[in-house]
Amino acid sequence: MFRKLSHFSILLIVMVAAILIMWGLTGTDFMSLGNFQSMAYQLPELGVLTLAMMIAMLTSGINLSIIATANLSGIVMALILTKTFPPESALINSPWLVVGAILTGLLVAIIVGLINGFLIAVLDISPILATLGMMILLGGVSLVLTDGYVISGFSPTMLAIGNKDWLGIPVPMIIFLACAGFMSLILNKTPLGTRIYMFGSNPVACFYSGVNNKVVLFRTYIISGIFSGIAAIIMISRFNSAKADYGESYLLLTILAAVLGGVSAAGGFGKVSGLIISLVILQMISSGLNLMGISNFFTLALWGIVLIFVMIVKYVIDIRAQKRWNA
Amino acid sequence: MKKLLNRHETYVFIAVVVFSIIITIINPNFFTLENLFDLLKSYSLMGTFAIGMLFVLISGGIDISFTAIATVAGYTIAVLLLNVGDHLNIYMVFLIAGSIGIALGFLNAVIIHVFRIPSIITTIATLNIFYGLLTVITKGKWLYGFPTWFGDFATTRVFTLYSAHGNPYGLSIITVIWIGLVFISWFLLRFTILGRSLYAMGGNVNSAKRAGFNIFGNTAFVYSYMGLMAGIGSVIQALLVQTVAPNSLVGKEMDVIAAVVLGGASLTGGTGSVIGTILGVTLIAIMGNGLTLMHVPALWYKVVIGLVILISVGVSAYRRKMSAHKRVIIEND
Repeated sequence: MFRKLSHFSILLIVMVAAILIMWGLTGTDFMSLGNFQSMAYQLPELGVLTLAMMIAMLTSGINLSIIATANLSGIVMALILTKTFPPESALINSPWLVVGAILTGLLVAIIVGLINGFLIAVLDISPILATLGMMILLGGVSLVLTDGYVISGFSPTMLAIGNKDWLGIPVPMIIFLACAGFMSLILNKTPLGTRIYMFGSNPVACFYSGVNNKVVLFRTYIISGIFSGIAAIIMISRFNSAKADYGESYLLLTILAAVLGGVSAAGGFGKVSGLIISLVILQMISSGLNLMGISNFFTLALWGIVLIFVMIVKYVIDIRAQKRWNA
Repeated sequence: MKKLLNRHETYVFIAVVVFSIIITIINPNFFTLENLFDLLKSYSLMGTFAIGMLFVLISGGIDISFTAIATVAGYTIAVLLLNVGDHLNIYMVFLIAGSIGIALGFLNAVIIHVFRIPSIITTIATLNIFYGLLTVITKGKWLYGFPTWFGDFATTRVFTLYSAHGNPYGLSIITVIWIGLVFISWFLLRFTILGRSLYAMGGNVNSAKRAGFNIFGNTAFVYSYMGLMAGIGSVIQALLVQTVAPNSLVGKEMDVIAAVVLGGASLTGGTGSVIGTILGVTLIAIMGNGLTLMHVPALWYKVVIGLVILISVGVSAYRRKMSAHKRVIIEND
């Protein structure tokens, strides 16, 4: 019985437990449609950023610059949305301006991904250092671009992305599900996905089996950049503003969510399905405590406790399985 | 000489000297004793954290939770100072804060060692736990209005000089505490079996284990030492600003790690030195201070720091690659 318990099943049990506990503690409020909808608005921001972190972690790397990338790309979008035309012009509300702004913002995120890839693949800098440097540098560039102020006031089209729903499903949720589907497709159905897992488990073996490691790293960090850019769209649209230091507390939370979802910090292991369950668990805890009127900081503490709890359970199961193997 | 050229510290030192010369040419106020003493005092906090971080990095781990540990320790002593401040003295404050730091650091070590959870994950989790619970309990309230003796100690100078305008300045007692910590740490790393075994463990855990080093003992030591530095740092922070806020330190973890890495410590363990760490902190300090003195807008500070870090790690990665390349050629001959 114990040997068959994978990380995924532990997560499922924790999720069911979290739902039941929160339901029991908060009463019927928790199971209401309104609560589920508000959860579906909150989850995607952290969700897309976690995807950006996950793909880097699969290659046994890490991307500390995801939040800085998202902020920079969000600021570029915001600048185009608010500064290209005078406020009285009709063009400022044009949907095409939104499309242009988003594409430019994504291009910025791709360029950041390229630079990260160059630093890591060509210059051989360890990912944690390269992206740490990039995080500080991009944060600085964002500050210089905005003078440290907030850029706000977007057109209704832009705001619709973060705040409207389609058939009852919030648009950010649809974006997140599309991203998760895309990521799952890359990881499971393309050669790149296989190579990412191989590189994460053993870069040397991967190289000798004829894989161009440099290309794999470049693509990994570009995809990570694109996800950061997509997260930027959701963020600026939900906040109706962009700033150099939004969401800095998300950085460590993305690592927490990814690891809770079964992504190994040593690389090579982790599935999108586990990640989604882990995000749902975190969101359940957060919303449940919120309904009970308990401070957000208690949520942070509980997230930390859940992470350590899951890691300990996994360790105990591994040890048991090993003993059985030896016996 | 050749040996010197192979050391990362030499390059950081050259960078420090070059930057200092450039800044002094533009603004001679930089190279005055007054500015130097001021810099030393205000960067004592980062320096203290950096030394603790160095030990963790050498052993092959990482600690993200030290800011939260410092916050817990700082808040505890602030509450004590406000309530029973008249019965305390500065030694007791350091002792209490240090003990809290050691206890929380030891907890990290136990989780990391007993359950084999990677240090980065453990400490991200404990960061959230320590910081979250503290903020819930304290409701994020700022504490200030400490006893006068606490304020007096912060402004104590070992010797006092007077500037041309008659302003007093001098070597702060806070700087002396920091320098004391630097010497103890340098001695520990360089001349004790414990210190050398940390390098062995960071280089290769399995070899260190086979060689008979106590891995749990070492792990417990480095995280407790990091906790101790976090505790001492929290007192330094309280002395410097005379206010304790739950959110003043958390979020600055990466700045400290960047300084230590700039000084030549590697995140894979086994390398790094106290001298390098001090040079790394110095480089960050003089750049922050120098940009202000050169009238560069403060907004550009992070851009410059980011570039310096990228160049520094880029150059050392390139040198490592070249030396590996050379080795391959020799082996082929």
